[in-house]
Amino acid sequence: MTKQRAPGLRHDARSLPRELQEIKQRIRGYALEYGLDFFEVMFEMVDYDEMNMIAAYDGFPTRYPHWRFGMKYEELQKSYSYGLAKIYELVINNNPCYAYLMRNNPLVDQKLVMAHVYAHSDFFKNNAWFASTNRKMVDEVANHGTRVRRYIDLYGQDEVENFVDVCLSLENLIDIHSPYFSPEREQTEEQQERARLDVQGTKFKSKPYMEAFINPPEALEREKKQRLAQLAKFERFPQRPERDILAFLTKHAPLKRWQRDILDIVREEAYYFAPQRMTKIMNEGWASYWHSKIMTSRALDDSEIIEYADHHSGTLGARPGVLNPYKVGIELFRDIEDRWNRGRFGPEYDDCDNYLRKKSWDRNLGIGRDKIFQVRKIYNDITFIDEFFTEEFCAEQELFTFRFERQSGQYLIDSRQFREVKSKLLDSLANFGQPVIRLDDGNFKNRGELHLVHEFSGAPLKLDYARAAMENLYKLWTRAVHVETTVDGKKKLLSYNGSRHEERLLT
Amino acid sequence: MVDRIFPDSSRFKRIVRGKIRENLKRYISRGELIARQGKSIVSVPLPQIEIPTFRYGKDEQGGVGQGPGEEGTAIGAQDGEGGAGAGNMPGEHILEVDVTLEELAEILGEELSLPAITPKGNKDIFTVKDRYTGIHRAGPESLRHFKRTYKQALRRQLQLGTYNAGRPIILPAREDRRYRSWKTQKLPESNAVIIYMMDVSGSMGNEQKEIVRIESFWIDTWLRSQYRHIDTRYIIHDAAARVVDSHTFFHVRESGGTKISSAYKLAREVIDKEFPPDQWNIYLLHFSDGDNWGGDDTSMCMELLRNELLPCCNLFCYGQVKSAYGSGQFIKELASGFPEDPKVVLSEINSRDEILGSIKTFLGKGR
Repeated sequence: MTKQRAPGLRHDARSLPRELQEIKQRIRGYALEYGLDFFEVMFEMVDYDEMNMIAAYDGFPTRYPHWRFGMKYEELQKSYSYGLAKIYELVINNNPCYAYLMRNNPLVDQKLVMAHVYAHSDFFKNNAWFASTNRKMVDEVANHGTRVRRYIDLYGQDEVENFVDVCLSLENLIDIHSPYFSPEREQTEEQQERARLDVQGTKFKSKPYMEAFINPPEALEREKKQRLAQLAKFERFPQRPERDILAFLTKHAPLKRWQRDILDIVREEAYYFAPQRMTKIMNEGWASYWHSKIMTSRALDDSEIIEYADHHSGTLGARPGVLNPYKVGIELFRDIEDRWNRGRFGPEYDDCDNYLRKKSWDRNLGIGRDKIFQVRKIYNDITFIDEFFTEEFCAEQELFTFRFERQSGQYLIDSRQFREVKSKLLDSLANFGQPVIRLDDGNFKNRGELHLVHEFSGAPLKLDYARAAMENLYKLWTRAVHVETTVDGKKKLLSYNGSRHEERLLT
Repeated sequence: MVDRIFPDSSRFKRIVRGKIRENLKRYISRGELIARQGKSIVSVPLPQIEIPTFRYGKDEQGGVGQGPGEEGTAIGAQDGEGGAGAGNMPGEHILEVDVTLEELAEILGEELSLPAITPKGNKDIFTVKDRYTGIHRAGPESLRHFKRTYKQALRRQLQLGTYNAGRPIILPAREDRRYRSWKTQKLPESNAVIIYMMDVSGSMGNEQKEIVRIESFWIDTWLRSQYRHIDTRYIIHDAAARVVDSHTFFHVRESGGTKISSAYKLAREVIDKEFPPDQWNIYLLHFSDGDNWGGDDTSMCMELLRNELLPCCNLFCYGQVKSAYGSGQFIKELASGFPEDPKVVLSEINSRDEILGSIKTFLGKGR
């Protein structure tokens, strides 16, 4: 038993009562029957304040100390006590999975949460985007906690915490795709050195009278130019634009050892949480699909049906201005299952323009279930929406885009056009709704300054935050920081040199 | 288990306090905290305590929503997160933090480095309080101490050897029963009363009253943190004075002439009737635009202060609010009338920004 215990948790009071253990076994059985393939799940019973605490630590009670967890806890406590929000379930991507049940939830909720959690666990285990996450994260995070605590003992709470603030401010400057491919190797110093010596064009052996023909001077010149250009490229620092700015800083910023370690911790945790943000819609959709399937076809008693329906619809409820990932996810999975069951895909179906025929289209393929299992394996939110979000689905789900109208200070429904909704939706998912920022030059103006470029895609940066983040970047890099971005339709270069902010129009 | 979070949440609270201190002047001059006052807590809106990152401005961004409605229809507010479960998208909202009035007073005190008040020597006044500290063998059933009773019964059964570990039933007998018992303690008590007086003659406009209101709120908050019990009385005056409730005090608009002496007389009456000076710490706060009706009345005021009010009060504060009509003469009279008296504190408040300084002047003496 002790092996399976999350560190720092007292086990006796939290293990499941016998009744729930039995239910757990039953639900686990149903999940297996349906073909879900999950990490084993350790359920623990907690009170609401423990739940809020664990949620404040993003699921890891042993996390390093930091005030923002306290802030989140206060917020959750308050919204719980005002009855505004209640956390039903909390599940951690780890092997085994840890999941928390709220002690005062009614039995039917516990069932629902268990079914939901088994599907999450299946998703964590099988979805390709989670493949590179650390499955012993509970231990890893505890180690991070120990390390940071030691630094606090050595260097003082304020010093360390302020530094953590700085790192967190740059937390989103990572390359979410970098875990999935290994980028071209950078040239080593040696290679660069050799290239530098060898800029002359290749000369072939020749008799003197043939020289001009075998080694034509213009060809040599061309080759030399090419090599010089190549060399110039590699002499840039970094050699190619870098999205993982945190990694760059860890490697190259003038930091003390403990600072480097903390920056690394923040980066590692950011990468651990990234897939969860990349698959929010799918993950919640998948879990909701399965809790609904398991509950309605197997686990529910007759007496529980009303209560279940109430809570299920509460979870999936759509509010006008907010896209509920649970709702969109589950509906899209159901839509895919239905389409693949009836064969409503492929060029034949797409090209058909007879409304009635299309509506009653049915090729009796029955491969819907297989399809959704495949989808949960290889897609993330962006590819999921890109591939399966159809015009029919958009209309059926009453989706719309909205925009902010300055005069009235209100959000207005902008459009229900399929193209617009889809592109807006994809936009908002790209880089999890964070601006894409890359590092172009670490030796800007040949003065060792940082030159960042915001890849503008229509939405401007929040400037006061950007400036504050630049100040934090300066604290790590200790030389001036420049960010190229677009403000009010004009390209601008924001600069911070350690004492004041400047901005310059770029042409 | 939950205590793991305590260091972090107290760090957070410390940061919050720092932020409140930083912004104290703004909170005070805008008076925005007053409307947010609950019974014993104030919820303070805090600007940016989030960690800044590179992000989009939310307004510009727009997004995708779900539900019925024509194009062009307004949809609800955008704050908060959708759905149940732990959201992980950063929401953008102003954080509101609940702070108790005591904490707020403490912050004010720290910021203005206000000295703690030494109450007048009223050591003979005691309040009596019962505290449950002991255990007795006899008592009313409503005070039975279940745990102790149970323990006693368990002990007895173990001693008698009638305890059966296989079937651990404990039956308390009559002699096992234990009851809570109390002791009466005497606590020295210091009481305080604040008597607010305000000139509501025609020349005091809304802005002037707002200033008075804000300043009174903060003085009140501070004094409350210094005394266990505080009474307040409100007197308004134009040519005649009367005692009113606090709502009327801050909202009434009268017109007419000004006879300050009427308020002082009434204050004296109130003190005589309700607050014997040997038992009470008395604070007199008077706000006016400094325009009195005539020299006769002003000299009467001086007389009243010197002989009647000053001897019995801890502090007499006169705050003069600048108004378009007032001559502002009265503060000069007071300054020349009581040049050395430590009990008399004068302050001119020309605008909201000067409230903080004025509070400091009033309370900086520690009386």
